[in-house]
Amino acid sequence: MWLALLLALWGSVVGFIAGRNQRPELVESARRATYALAGVLVVASLALIVALVKHDFNVSYVASYTSRNLPLVYTLSAFYGGQAGSMLFWAVVLATFGALAQWLTSRRYDDLLPYVAAVTSLVVLFFVATTLFAANPFVRLPFTPSDGGGLNPQLQNPGMVVHPPLLYLGYISVTIPFAFAVAALLSKRLDTGWLHAIRKWTIVSWLFLSIGITLGMWWAYVELGWGGYWAWDPVENASFLPWLTMTAFLHSVMIQEKRGMLKKWNMILIGLTFFLSIFGTFITRSGIISSVHSFAQSPIGNYFLFFLIFIVVATGVLIAKRMPMLEAESQLESMVSREATFLFNNLLLVGIAFSVLWGTMFPMISEMVRGTQVTVGPPFFNQVNIPIGLALLALTGIGPLIAWRRASPGHLKRQFAAPVTTGLIVAALLLAIGMRDFYAIMALSLAAFVVGTIMQEFIRGVGARNRLHGENYALAFARLVGRNRRRYGGYIVHLGIVMYFVAFTGQAFTTSIEASLKPGESVDLRSPWGYTYTFTHLGVSQYEELNRFTTAASVEVARDGERVGIMKSEKRQHVDSFGRASFEPSTEAGIRSDLREDIYIVYAGSVQGTEEAVYRFTLNPLVWWLWFGGAVLVAGGVVTLWPGATSGAERRRSMAGYAASITGKSSAAAAG
Amino acid sequence: MPYSRRDAVKLSLAALVPGVFVQGSRPQQEDTSITRLYRPDLAGRPRGRITDYENDPFIISVEERLRCTCGCNLDVYTCRTTDFTCGVSPAMHREVVALVEQGLTGEEILEAFIAKHGEAVLMAPKKEGFNLAAYFVPGAAISVVGAALALMLWRRSGKVAEAAAAGGGPVSGMSPQEAAKLEDELSKLEP
Repeated sequence: MWLALLLALWGSVVGFIAGRNQRPELVESARRATYALAGVLVVASLALIVALVKHDFNVSYVASYTSRNLPLVYTLSAFYGGQAGSMLFWAVVLATFGALAQWLTSRRYDDLLPYVAAVTSLVVLFFVATTLFAANPFVRLPFTPSDGGGLNPQLQNPGMVVHPPLLYLGYISVTIPFAFAVAALLSKRLDTGWLHAIRKWTIVSWLFLSIGITLGMWWAYVELGWGGYWAWDPVENASFLPWLTMTAFLHSVMIQEKRGMLKKWNMILIGLTFFLSIFGTFITRSGIISSVHSFAQSPIGNYFLFFLIFIVVATGVLIAKRMPMLEAESQLESMVSREATFLFNNLLLVGIAFSVLWGTMFPMISEMVRGTQVTVGPPFFNQVNIPIGLALLALTGIGPLIAWRRASPGHLKRQFAAPVTTGLIVAALLLAIGMRDFYAIMALSLAAFVVGTIMQEFIRGVGARNRLHGENYALAFARLVGRNRRRYGGYIVHLGIVMYFVAFTGQAFTTSIEASLKPGESVDLRSPWGYTYTFTHLGVSQYEELNRFTTAASVEVARDGERVGIMKSEKRQHVDSFGRASFEPSTEAGIRSDLREDIYIVYAGSVQGTEEAVYRFTLNPLVWWLWFGGAVLVAGGVVTLWPGATSGAERRRSMAGYAASITGKSSAAAAG
Repeated sequence: MPYSRRDAVKLSLAALVPGVFVQGSRPQQEDTSITRLYRPDLAGRPRGRITDYENDPFIISVEERLRCTCGCNLDVYTCRTTDFTCGVSPAMHREVVALVEQGLTGEEILEAFIAKHGEAVLMAPKKEGFNLAAYFVPGAAISVVGAALALMLWRRSGKVAEAAAAGGGPVSGMSPQEAAKLEDELSKLEP
């Protein structure tokens, strides 16, 4: 770790010097420092993994988060399950990303790379220093316990094995686009070159964040047992914030690429995204805000606070100094243009980010201003954010339909007629079947509208290829997507987002009942779809498995009298290697999912130690759409990322954009 | 795992105690017709039978507005039906039930909890005084910035249109109708 500290320091200092004077030996030294840094931190990480796997309980971290009977997969996931290990994980992944950025980036950006090495090394330096001085996973105990404390049962779940690292990957990879932005500012190379260099990094980072957040929702849903997947907890909010600003950046960067506009805004957005990725970690670990996810309080928060202030000041000063060089190359020509809708899309995304941040911080603000503590929970966030979210959903459909620069009335009519009609038909149908929830009707109608816009784009594209090239529809579809992957991959991502909104709408119709049932007794619950579910308690069995003692309650489920199957919910009492109970018992929900609704059964406990069981039965409509929306979103992201995504047609359009920006500039000059 | 007669007596007593807590002053009779669990001590916190109060929509709606004070950040209803190790939310539920039995309205029950635990017991701040800032600042900020953005775009697009009309536009010598027709044709060819 000390070697990593020195290498990170070297990489930062030499990187900045090499960036300024471009001396080849210094440039090379900065590059090699990133490789060496990654290598050293990989060795440190392997050392921790070996200690975990070999149950070296003399290492405090190993003793705190594992035990002899912990399954191997969770022993490995304990690497990032605790504060100190997660800091090392962050450092090693960032150092690896930093090395990959040096290795994979085209030589065209050679003059940016020393600065990129400097920024990534500086951020790694911060994490290594914090790990060394405030949260060191290699600290040894003065004695060796015979067994460790074990991992929190709620972290012993497959979702928890993959959710944190993927979310971390998202947070961490944001550093690379940020490093390129700083490099562009420092080197004064403020053309679109740096944007091309980071295009894939930004999409990868956004995808990691999206997958990490979705897996977090899945983990909460299957493991925490409350039947929901998003509770607006400060830590959930912290992961959502950089996702929002990164999404805004992914859209606004297109305006800069096409029209040479929004240069200042894009710099601010990428800086803000990086800031929020660190800020999320700060609020998780500093203890300034109460959260169920909070790590144990430690001096680590002070380190993060200092680093956050440094980021704001350094990035702010740098952007301010380069302001004159960040002037737009062209002017916006019409209120009714794709640029304008993207601007409003940015406004809403950043607006939601602000409202989430505002709500998250408001308890602290209230205490400072009034001296009174308040709670800002889900009712507040839902009330404030649902209308903004719906406006954003509408823009998801509107944006891609409007032409760049200026849209004519005829163009608008042709583009919007079918999707708007689709949305209105769905609204009418929902009203006809008796739905009266305003937001649900709005969300589902807008979802239909957006799906209409996406389908229309695909149908027209396939039709055009069929007419122009005589291709059959399947081939036309494949080539349409294959030759313009960024655009059609984006549409697929939008489809995934629509599926998320459909799933969120289902939350308005959740129904639930609690019941205590003796074996053979039943309870009925009516679903929003009109079905009547009958839950019959079969009995409770107890057995030992792995590192726990399980109490499983079984229920036979019937829908409108027709047998659906047997479902099981469990209470798990984890035990240490001596068979002693460790941690509080955890609950495993029984879940059966289909397109319409999830049957969600929670065994709450037994009455007076008998087989009479207390249950909560919940019917959660449309949850399936969330997980498959996530899969669609990832598929769209992969299409966008696939090599060779920049087709000839796209390059030509891109060139047309530049040509337009040049003429636009001359027109502005003429006007001036 | 050995299960002695002494254990059985101890566990029976242990199981009865929470039953007393949950059901208030009416301890439940043990139903001997139901099989006892092999290790009830490892099956989570013993529970009492569910009464009509647990599923009462009014009580649930009140509890969804109250925060469990155990530090879990969940509302009382969600906590008592989820975190089966929490002893705070069942106690708060019993308080709500007692207040309902006294005939208090929802708002009166909330006020009683505020008086006891402070304003932080509500899941969302009351819409009054400084708290209004929590609700209206995000919307106001978006509206103000949106209006400013719209005004700026309108002015700028006006200037560009004037420049285009003066002959310096991107495609000079083209009427608005021709420009619109070109845009339409281009959009048809875009795929």
